[in-house]
Amino acid sequence: MPHTLYDKIWNDHLVHEQDDGTALLFVDRHLIHEVTSPQAFEGLRNSNRTVRQPSLTLAVADHNVPTTDRSKGISDQESKIQVETLEANCKEFGIKLFGMDDKRQGIVHVTGPEQGFTQPGTVIVCGDSHTATHGAFGSLAFGIGTSEVEHVLATQTLVQKKAKNFRINVNGKLPLGVTSKDVILQIIGKIGTAGGTGCVIEYAGDLIRSLSVEQRMTICNMTIEGGARAGLIEPDEKIFNYLKGRPMSPKGETWDKAVEVWSNLNSDNGSHFDKEVSLTAEEIIPMVTWGTSPQDVITIEGKVPNPNTEKDLDKKNSIERSLKYMGLKPDTLAKDIKIDKVFIGSCTNGRIEDLREAAKILKNKKKASHVHAMVVPGSGLVKQQAEQEGLDKIFINSGFEWREPGCSMCLAMNADKLKPEERCASTSNRNFEGRQGRGGRTHLVSPGMAAAAAISGNLDDVRKYQN
Amino acid sequence: MQKFISLKSIPTYLPLVNIDTDMIIPKQFLKTIKRTGLGKNLFFELRYDEKGKEIPDFILNKKPFCNSNILITGKNFGCGSSREHAPWALLDFGITCIISSSYADIFYNNCFKNGILPIVLNEDKIKEISEYSNRKEEISVNLADQKIIYGNNEISFEIDPFKKKCLLEGLDDIALSLEKSEKIKSFENKIKNQRPWIFND
Ligand code: SF4
Repeated sequence: MPHTLYDKIWNDHLVHEQDDGTALLFVDRHLIHEVTSPQAFEGLRNSNRTVRQPSLTLAVADHNVPTTDRSKGISDQESKIQVETLEANCKEFGIKLFGMDDKRQGIVHVTGPEQGFTQPGTVIVCGDSHTATHGAFGSLAFGIGTSEVEHVLATQTLVQKKAKNFRINVNGKLPLGVTSKDVILQIIGKIGTAGGTGCVIEYAGDLIRSLSVEQRMTICNMTIEGGARAGLIEPDEKIFNYLKGRPMSPKGETWDKAVEVWSNLNSDNGSHFDKEVSLTAEEIIPMVTWGTSPQDVITIEGKVPNPNTEKDLDKKNSIERSLKYMGLKPDTLAKDIKIDKVFIGSCTNGRIEDLREAAKILKNKKKASHVHAMVVPGSGLVKQQAEQEGLDKIFINSGFEWREPGCSMCLAMNADKLKPEERCASTSNRNFEGRQGRGGRTHLVSPGMAAAAAISGNLDDVRKYQN
Repeated sequence: MQKFISLKSIPTYLPLVNIDTDMIIPKQFLKTIKRTGLGKNLFFELRYDEKGKEIPDFILNKKPFCNSNILITGKNFGCGSSREHAPWALLDFGITCIISSSYADIFYNNCFKNGILPIVLNEDKIKEISEYSNRKEEISVNLADQKIIYGNNEISFEIDPFKKKCLLEGLDDIALSLEKSEKIKSFENKIKNQRPWIFND
């Protein structure tokens, strides 16, 4: 019987299966961070359990760390305790940690791939919903809750039920100025935030294959915004080349053997998908979100919806509520939306290619004077690379702040946040109410679109700044 | 884990769709290293104004709903982040049963780890039951029979048998999985042979 890539990874990790289909799945790679792990370690201690395979877990502090000068430590007491608790737990249980002062520190979903910890065909979990990012390598990667983090630490397995197979095909070529961020925003707009519930999505088609590894990560990253647990892509030469020589990648003969195994990770011809959706790349236009859910997307040429044209009462109410929160009038043109802040960063768009894309637009241009703009690289290594390429100078010259790596204003747990009613063009992944600060208004965009917004002072079409 | 067997309460009806985990418990409360004490911050931005004062109109600030154990709500409840702080906050507030037409996957799973029963019903039934919230009348939930009883009516709901058993008996699923230690061990040995790079440290 032909199998999908998801089926194959699933079958390869079955430790035990109950009659009702509940399975115990082996976990090859476990990433942890300071916010969702303390209670898991506390649980282990309370029941006198240990970490079964410390070497399969990697820890990094990211959500809560300051992105300004770190030499004085963390001033927020609670954040400090959380980061210190992670350090103490890793020490006690023998887990490798990239602490705040480590060059390799960064957002967990940037660090994992960068270190070669993320590998094709593996099951990867993390107490964070954007774990789907790692699916770009052809792994089954998904977010879990803290009780499950504890379960993985104690048993190196997870209790799971098989999800459905959902394939999204994107074929064709992207027009100039259109990126993988626009592709995924378009997909979420199409399937809705619950469109993938109960499914694992495989992204396929020649457009997906043509994307770089980092662009693929942007797509898989936002799978959760479409409600699916995991998103993955068949691994290929690009993936193997990316991983070759990374610190935690296999070496020597083992490398050759690994590549041989990885090369067979694909969905068989004729394998069954419960759901299938197709998009044409040529039709995709730079996207922005207007509301408070990632499915609230319009093109940069479009306008904000009008609740009066919506017949479904629930939908009408929800549009009205979003417009009110966002401080927008119905039918406003996307390009007429004035912004106060720009945030470039996050596990969606905080990697080197994202920074290059934004820098390309910003080169020799200044941000609008009323806009406050910042770049937060996804990891210390991304920051270092960007500085070697002189990207930091481009950002600083156009008036951006150049920060230390972390999650920062993606979720505003540290000092980086929006004030009430402040409006931000953000390369992150969630525009929920209060996500970037209480009362803050988020418009999700690609890095190039964020750069264009910074220059124009309003949401704008990146294509007009393309050379 | 606390067991869930049955429950009788006046339900709270919060007719919003896509309630995300940031709404259930905003990030400033994720800095805790404990599971408890989050109830006072549940639905923080809906419940309190900018100065931290209770918003009297918000349903959970009103009697009898502030003592409610059942939350009826719009579809796709709990979408967004994986934070288990969301079910912890609900539990700490006293909510142990949620009724919606759909949930986000991770949130749904997280409920079961904390003795919370998330029930799925279709939207028509939800509208019907929500009347009991409007009228401030009690409804009952019985997990063993998989039934909700309201007035003279009752309705059954579906639930995965294994999840049901865990809730009814308050089972610790780590202990259950550890009973399979031998199987895990032989699986690990198999990996060491077939995919040696996994343990390549
Ligand atoms: S960057 Fe944002 S979405 Fe990504 S892990 Fe950090 S907080 Fe979560």
